[in-house]
Amino acid sequence: MATELGPTPVKKPASGGTELHHAPKGVGEDNVIASQGRWASWLLAPTIIALAVVIVYPIISAIVMSFQADAGLDPATGLFTEGGPAGFSNYVNWLAQQCTSPDGGTVACPPGTLGSQFWSATATTFFFTVVTVALETVLGFWMAMIMARTFKGRSLVRAAVLVPWAIPTAVTAKLWLFIFAFEGIANKLFNTTILWTGSEWPAKWAVIIADVWKTTPFMALLILAGLQMIPAEVYEAAKVDGASAWQRFRMITLPLVKPALMVAILFRTLDALRMFDLPYILTGGANNTTTLSILVISQIRQGFNVAAALSTITFIIIFLVAFIFVRFLGANVVEQQTGASKGKK
Amino acid sequence: MTTAATELRAQQDRGRKVAQNREKWAQGRTYISALVILVWCLAPAYWMVVTAFRDVGFTYDTSILPTHVTLDNFNTAFDESFGNHFRQALINSVFIGVVVTVVSLLIGVFAAYALARLNFRFKFLVLGFILGASMFPGVALITPLFQLFTNIGWMGTYQALIIPNISFVLPLTVYTMTSFFREMPWELEESARVDGCTQGQAFRKVIMPLAAPAIFTTAILAFISSWNEFLIASQLSSDATQPVTVAIASFAGAQPNQIPYTAIMAAGTIVTIPLVILVLVFQRKIVAGLTAGAVK
Repeated sequence: MATELGPTPVKKPASGGTELHHAPKGVGEDNVIASQGRWASWLLAPTIIALAVVIVYPIISAIVMSFQADAGLDPATGLFTEGGPAGFSNYVNWLAQQCTSPDGGTVACPPGTLGSQFWSATATTFFFTVVTVALETVLGFWMAMIMARTFKGRSLVRAAVLVPWAIPTAVTAKLWLFIFAFEGIANKLFNTTILWTGSEWPAKWAVIIADVWKTTPFMALLILAGLQMIPAEVYEAAKVDGASAWQRFRMITLPLVKPALMVAILFRTLDALRMFDLPYILTGGANNTTTLSILVISQIRQGFNVAAALSTITFIIIFLVAFIFVRFLGANVVEQQTGASKGKK
Repeated sequence: MTTAATELRAQQDRGRKVAQNREKWAQGRTYISALVILVWCLAPAYWMVVTAFRDVGFTYDTSILPTHVTLDNFNTAFDESFGNHFRQALINSVFIGVVVTVVSLLIGVFAAYALARLNFRFKFLVLGFILGASMFPGVALITPLFQLFTNIGWMGTYQALIIPNISFVLPLTVYTMTSFFREMPWELEESARVDGCTQGQAFRKVIMPLAAPAIFTTAILAFISSWNEFLIASQLSSDATQPVTVAIASFAGAQPNQIPYTAIMAAGTIVTIPLVILVLVFQRKIVAGLTAGAVK
């Protein structure tokens, strides 16, 4: 490793660290960038190649598959189908909920088949995403505000919030399944007799509560990190100027923490859109808790290619949401990463 | 004149007292909020541990303090007579986690160094690609991999579980290490050279000790995310290679229609405790690593 990282003549100009960003553009800078670029491409190559193999290849392969028909017995018709090119029929199967009919045409997918569940799974996924992210943002913000204060035992609280985060989601799901069991502690504490996983709304809320428990700490820590970037003098100055607590929150805290907050919301939203473990283990997708990810998994064993179409649709949905966040809501993850924003501060 | 002065002083005293009271009240509210956060975060985890130590006959005992304490559930968790392979699953999870972490660190450390220290064209693009990769939905990988691994006979093998894990652990390692590296005092390397160190010495004696905690923290985060993986493993593993998350999710008891909660909670405790200890010991570093990508 020593030889790799050692300052060959090529690398040496970088020793100034971030100063390069600020330095006035000199005569040699283009050369420096070019030589650093060569060096960088060698260092980046293993990562880029590895990601190309484990991510880019599967994406392309999934897109190719999604335009092929599945060979084998058609579950809807009971007839043997040959496979081969299928055009957009796999996408039609999901988006228009049209399944192949015995006479070779298409009919609306009968209720109960996976094809008929696409829009309800999409609605469930977005419902979970909006509700969990909203709750996690509000709760996480509140937790972060508390943890940002100075009080005895603050480090204990900061340690405690890491506990739900450290528990694997599969274990979390089983734990909440037990808590929400009919004879479990939840019904006992609230003196209710709800069959939590037995009907639609309790099942949905069980998933939401478990998810909020598990992931609010992550949100809180990201927001806390943002809060800690705000210098205390700003608050002091505002206090001297007579700003109320609410005014200080609205005019100082919120705008200054916004970049970190938007990134946290973006991360959580994209994570929630692919939610799988919790509903899969907690409810098995029953009672309208089937998310898009669960639907893909259910489809895989009934036909790869139809599943590939759905996973491509899921990927596009998540990509679009990320795009909207970055483009219109100003969640500029990359800029924060490159440190480009540092120069502006 | 004097009456005015005393009046003023009394007023100031009153004002101070009001301020003090308000301060005390605010402090009190902070403690109550902190307590609420503590209970909300710890109570469910506590319930898991209490249940793990509770006799199976009293599974649904709802007394808050431990009752009917026993270690039987831990024996049941490792018992293989109902078709559970928890011991093997633990070994599998450790093995998969270590391989994924080591591979991701070995590959990722160079990329992180380039992204943190070098100036080059397309840096935005590369970072965007790596961040995008870390947000990539697992289901979009599973379908083609399921078909590919079926075709080449890799279903249920370790490599079938390790390769997809690298797809989300590697981007995580790269961007966590990038932000750690950016914070490092690289001038020291230069100073060591000026003081007469050779390049190798400067790297070994100055840079390595500084980078070690960053790399170690990244390794913990990488291991945890591999340890927690469920979706891909639930589809591509076999009884012999399944990791703990899959083993716990499909944990079977003596009666098919009765979920063996106490044994599952015991298994969950075993899986969680080492992680929680690790996280609490390295709390500061872990938080820095977790939030590294979002702020700074």
